[in-house]
Amino acid sequence: MLAAVLVLAASTAGAAPPGGDRQAALLYLLRQDCGSCHGATMGGGLAPPLLPHSLAETPDDALIAAILDGRPGTPMPPWRFEISPDEAAWMVRQLKGGLAE
Amino acid sequence: MTRAIKPARLLVALLFLVVAAGAAGAEELRGTGDLGIVIERTAGAVQIIETSGRTSLGRIEGLGDLSHASAVFSRDGRYAFVFGRDGGLSKLDLLTRRLVKRVVQAGNSIGGAISQDGSLIAVSNYEPGGVRLFDAETLAPVADIPAVYGATGARSKVVGLVDAPGNRFVFSLYDAGEIWIADVAQPDKPVITKFAEIGLQPYDALVTPDGRTYIAGLFGEDGLAMLDLWRPEAGVRRLLDGYGRGEEKLPVYKMPHLEGWARAGDRIFLPAVGRHELLVLDAKTFTEIGRIPVHGQPVFAIARPDGRQVWVNFAHPLNDTVQIIDTQSLEIVQAIQPGKAVMHLEFTPRGENVWISVRDADRVDVYDTDSFARIGSIPADKPSGIFLTARANRIGL
Repeated sequence: MLAAVLVLAASTAGAAPPGGDRQAALLYLLRQDCGSCHGATMGGGLAPPLLPHSLAETPDDALIAAILDGRPGTPMPPWRFEISPDEAAWMVRQLKGGLAE
Repeated sequence: MTRAIKPARLLVALLFLVVAAGAAGAEELRGTGDLGIVIERTAGAVQIIETSGRTSLGRIEGLGDLSHASAVFSRDGRYAFVFGRDGGLSKLDLLTRRLVKRVVQAGNSIGGAISQDGSLIAVSNYEPGGVRLFDAETLAPVADIPAVYGATGARSKVVGLVDAPGNRFVFSLYDAGEIWIADVAQPDKPVITKFAEIGLQPYDALVTPDGRTYIAGLFGEDGLAMLDLWRPEAGVRRLLDGYGRGEEKLPVYKMPHLEGWARAGDRIFLPAVGRHELLVLDAKTFTEIGRIPVHGQPVFAIARPDGRQVWVNFAHPLNDTVQIIDTQSLEIVQAIQPGKAVMHLEFTPRGENVWISVRDADRVDVYDTDSFARIGSIPADKPSGIFLTARANRIGL
């Protein structure tokens, strides 16, 4: 799984992918903390699902902005204090590709 | 006609009885009053614990996505009903430590309740939005209550589902801003009473231990919505309207919980949404009498059963700390750092100990509530909710 993640990250042009430890920390954050509202398997909860098919129509930039700055009028908070723009871009790629079980 | 039993046959019969008795006695008889469960959220498993020797008795796997899972207990304290995020409803036998039955009753669910008479399990669902009722014995479906609102026929996510006296369930519609009472005297034909425009985005609710007062917390605005179940005809009343006084609230990294709320003597302690504060209310008038600045955004504020202390945990990223408030002085008398990601706390029924789940440390720790010393610990895989069977005998839990 990790190898696939690394290949996927390396193959994407542009933003520098986070290092291996940081990738693991971000995936943990996704499952455990984002999972509080979006579900540990990203299937949704009080917040919408973050599965590949549910995100397919939404541009990356909009998703990155939602992570970094939150979504006013909803409970989605801004994460800029602990997630960088490059890291948010990497997380969006993971979500759109589907998190491994 | 009488016939003498042959000695050989008698011996065989006796031997059979001895063997049967031995098998039955292999597990000693025990009660369930000191049992409970710990949710292992990502492993989809539950540990069965006992609070007398503070040990784990076993583990049941295969319960699906247990992020945000909660549980209620049968009135005899033998069975736990676990509500999973993935719509799974699982009935566990705490004595044999087996999964009795599991049904996937919806696509996405958030919690549940057991009826006053113990015969029905109600589950609140996000997808499809509504409440479903099941036979507590068999988990067979009994009734479906779709949370349809407005002119479009849209369905709302349902939160804050509790039981109430009179064989009723009460719950809130997150998207609709409504509170509904379902009278289930006739279980397959629930009678619904609806209260609309109770406020924006009710996110969780509680019922007081006497089953009289239902209070929903609002996420979309500063305030709470209260319904007197003894006088529902009086309608929903707003509490603490605008407690933020128009200040921008902080982003919320974990929704506070109101279940397990704290009443201590004549005071009620509630987490403020998006603030590093506990709100203190007068328990008679439900008006604000003070605020306590705390370490972070409170998630749970739970009173020790005697009401002398309130223990509070906090949202990410300040979730390594638990603060203890003296309910008489309103001072923080102690802070402990159990470890990163304290998810939940549950007092033993008489309050001498508290069990605390520390997710990132993969531990559940037990603290003495008098000395604040850690007196026990069991390993657990990403533990979250802790539920003890004493809940079986409490309204609203």
